[in-house]
Parts: sequence; C-alpha cells; structure tokens
Amino acid sequence: MKISKIAELLSAEVYTGRELLETSVYSACGADMMSDVLAFVKDQSVLLTGLVNPQVVRTAEMMDMRCIVFVRGKKPDQTIIDLAKQANMVILATGLRMYCACGLLYSNGLVGTEVKKQ
Amino acid sequence: MKEPKLSLHYDIDGTDFLAAGSASSDTKRILKQSGIDARVIRNVAIAMYEGEINTVIHAGGGTADVNIYDDCIEIILTDHGPGIENVEQAMQEGFSTAPENVRALGFGAGMGLPNMKKYTDEMTVESEIGTGTVVTMKVNL
Repeated sequence: MKISKIAELLSAEVYTGRELLETSVYSACGADMMSDVLAFVKDQSVLLTGLVNPQVVRTAEMMDMRCIVFVRGKKPDQTIIDLAKQANMVILATGLRMYCACGLLYSNGLVGTEVKKQ
Repeated sequence: MKEPKLSLHYDIDGTDFLAAGSASSDTKRILKQSGIDARVIRNVAIAMYEGEINTVIHAGGGTADVNIYDDCIEIILTDHGPGIENVEQAMQEGFSTAPENVRALGFGAGMGLPNMKKYTDEMTVESEIGTGTVVTMKVNL
C-alpha cells in the first residue's frame, strides 16, 4: 500500500515527507510502548502510535520504518518533525483512535507480518 | 584482536531523555555509508539504542564506543552510574527498575537488556555497585 493511500484512508494530515508519499509499504504495527516495538516488531514499515515524543522517531529510525502515524488527534511538535525529516520518514496524524486506524488499514490490505506468514 | 577499521566515540548526555539516541542514529548513518548489510546495521542500531536509553535512564549518561572490525562490530557502553544489583535478574524479560515517568515516555518495560542480547551475537555485562556498568556487545558480519 502506498503511504498516500494510508493518509487518504485515515484522513490524515501530512507533517513531513511529502516526497515519500508514493513509497509502497507492506506491513504495519500499532503500539504505545516503544520498548515493545523494539522487542517484537519485525520488518514493519509503518508505526501507529498514540505516544508523541522524539523517541518515537528514534525507535522507528532504528527499526528502518518509513512512516509514523500519530493517532487520537495527537500532533507532533517541531523537534519530532525535524528528526523525522533527517531520518527520511513520513509523519502523519489522524483523529482516529488506534483500533479504528489499525482496522481501516488492515481491512484494506495492510496486514501485520504474523498474518503474512500463515 | 586486530585493530579496528573504524572507531567511533560518543558522550551520552544523561540529562535529557528526549535527546537520547543521537549516538545510535549517527552510528547507523555511518554504517550505512560503509555498505554493511542492512539487517546487521539494524541489529547494531537497535542494541545500541536500547543501551543508550538505559545509560540515560539508569546511570545519568556515559560513553559509547563502536569498533568496526573485518568480521564484527563491537559496541561498548560505559557508565559510572549506580551499577546493576543483580545482572541475572535484570536480564529477565519484564524485570524493570525504571521510574514511572520513563514508562510514560514509552520505555521501561524490562525489555532493554534481553533485547540487546537478542539482537547481538555476544554480550557481556560487567557491573559493580557504586562504580558503574560496562556492556560489551558484538554483532558478527
């Protein structure tokens, strides 16, 4: 799924990385604990989270992710946007809650790696 | 062991949790330029980042040294913090002494040290109460 499609499905605002919107991504994960993202996530390129601080970008950067979606109407500050810019990442923000945001992406074909394996 | 091809040194500022991770980010960028396999780079980056976060949360900062050899990448994290009382216990998934404010920032789930072990080929933790901790990790190339 193209990142532009994610933005469209979630009615999300694009904060940075407009030039990367046509990048295709193949799986996603949702988490508020960055410890869990670092421990359990594998090869996902989109992170949906309700946690808003610069360590979210750092975590996504270490995991080679391409896009962060802030859910529940959370807005990234300039520090977060600047870090994401440096890391070549797209930042989106949606008013949807985590469950609905994940559900919309999932039902439109962006599944997690666990499902892919089956 | 042979001389490293490249050595990197970073001071980790222990006063600003939100700024933590810059050493790992810089290391990742440099490794990418050296044409090393992307999966190896990711393992190094995750392990080092977890370690860097630990250094900030528990020890008030420290240093990170990265040595790149022909056959492996070595990461050494050194701090002069309080030390780890029981290393075996600290290595267990879910065991954490991180304060509540750190958990609110998305960390402190007790996955740091086990995760560092998981993503590296070798890891040693030397710690002395009141003196500090040295974590040495190796990722084979």
